[in-house]
Amino acid sequence: MEKALKRSFPVFVLPTLLAFIIGFIVPFILGLWLSFNEFITVQDATFVGFKNYVRTFSDDRFLYSLGFTALFTVASLILINVVAFALAVLLTKKLKGTNIFRTIFFMPNLIGGIVLGYIWQLIINGVLMRFNLVLTLNAVYGFWGLIILVCWQQIGYMMIIYIAGLQTIPGDLNEAAAIDGANGRQKLFRITIPMMMPSITICTFLTVTNGFKLFDQNLALTNGEPARNTEMLALNIYRTFYGRVGFEGVGQAKAVLFFILVVFLGLMQLRVTRSKEVQH
Amino acid sequence: MKIGKKTGRGIASILLGIFSLIYVSPLFIILFNSFKSQTNISNEPFKLPSAATWVGAANYRAGINDYGLLSGVGWTLLITIGSVAAILLLCSMFAWFITRVNAIYSKILYVLCVFSMVVPFQMVMYTLSQTADALRLNTPWGIIIVYLGFGAGLAVFMFSGFVKGIPLEIEEAAMIDGCTPVRTFFKVVLPIMQPTYITVGILQTMWIWNDFLLPYLVLDRNKYNTISMLIQYMRGSFGVVHMGAIMASLVLAVIPVVILYLSAQKYIIEGVAAGAVKG
Repeated sequence: MEKALKRSFPVFVLPTLLAFIIGFIVPFILGLWLSFNEFITVQDATFVGFKNYVRTFSDDRFLYSLGFTALFTVASLILINVVAFALAVLLTKKLKGTNIFRTIFFMPNLIGGIVLGYIWQLIINGVLMRFNLVLTLNAVYGFWGLIILVCWQQIGYMMIIYIAGLQTIPGDLNEAAAIDGANGRQKLFRITIPMMMPSITICTFLTVTNGFKLFDQNLALTNGEPARNTEMLALNIYRTFYGRVGFEGVGQAKAVLFFILVVFLGLMQLRVTRSKEVQH
Repeated sequence: MKIGKKTGRGIASILLGIFSLIYVSPLFIILFNSFKSQTNISNEPFKLPSAATWVGAANYRAGINDYGLLSGVGWTLLITIGSVAAILLLCSMFAWFITRVNAIYSKILYVLCVFSMVVPFQMVMYTLSQTADALRLNTPWGIIIVYLGFGAGLAVFMFSGFVKGIPLEIEEAAMIDGCTPVRTFFKVVLPIMQPTYITVGILQTMWIWNDFLLPYLVLDRNKYNTISMLIQYMRGSFGVVHMGAIMASLVLAVIPVVILYLSAQKYIIEGVAAGAVKG
């Protein structure tokens, strides 16, 4: 079978492979190489070693964006997961209307980032207007505006993962604990949460990577205003590329660092997940 | 005791009901604002349209006539359907091949695909748009190739995962009976993989329909705009911002997604949750 199959390599593999080379392999390798070059177009690149990386770390705006993004990620991580977990617990109690609630909470997850940004811009500005304020007046409003937005977007998604996790906990565990006299709080902290660790790990890393990668929502909701003070990492990279002539190389160096950060988070998740598997 | 528990559950249901009403309200807010006159949208976004503020379909007409909203929806549909079809067909064939052919290049290709899932778009943003430009892929048809290449990682990963679970005997029997590999794939493998087609199809549809930055950087903006690009253009461009047209565009961007969601909810929730492995 394998021999016959190998002969049809051009039919099965070639189309995707060519597209993959154009859409990923070439841009990735070119991107790595260009991060060590100064260039305005790809053709006129000159090798400059680590200069772009040095310039990245002397860029105050970049470091500010990194800090802002980290703070944002921590806040969104906690809020999204606590609310999603609570909703998942409530929605597995066979309450009336569970299916409708689940449908509604999940829905915003399917809406695009640009659309989300402008929906919430209208609503948040509508509220702030009552106090004669606007979203782009203060970075604090922008920060919490973005938090509200990503909560609305992601709570339903994480809730679904938590519901799936809760349904795998055997019912007799809780029954046995109840017979031994455990109260609701003890059951939550001694049984539910430990049993839910795999789901909690997945959701934690998902919210963290989502936080670091956030772009469309940031662009649409605040566009970095006021004075670039709500500019997150991805938007900062984008603006280094397309907002400052002569900084394309620095933009690419930032993009490589961003890539390393995301891969690091992914590897960490893999390690945590694996170590959990050993314990079980 | 029993009654107390029952009322407790009732109260929990009511509270959840109120919370879910608040949760969907943003969607209704953009819907009714899309029928209001411009100044009343930003000044009184929470007021339902009244006889004085109701403008009917005028905002939709403005969006269509002044901003090319209809062609934006059309291009987005074409790009989404074309790319998803290409990804489903070609990546499933690719995945079947590299899973069944036990060669070094199969393993390398698989690892590269998995690796590409982890790479954030910003890493290849500039070079991808340059490559696409050089190859003249800046049209809605060309961008399908870009989506096939950039979306291959997740699709190949998910299809391969499924193929590994299919017993080899069925395919071998078909081949012994004289089926060519292409025939075996379409007659035997493709029907078995149906659930994975649905999952991958949903994930890629949601991604491509909503995507902003990739088409913004790749497409020739003077000729082709997706709906997300149009919305960003309307809001971000200098000069007068037509709030009515923006509301109409937001509604048109959301409606197809909501319809798809409500008609295939079970698959979508399962599919999106399965995609969580992507991380």
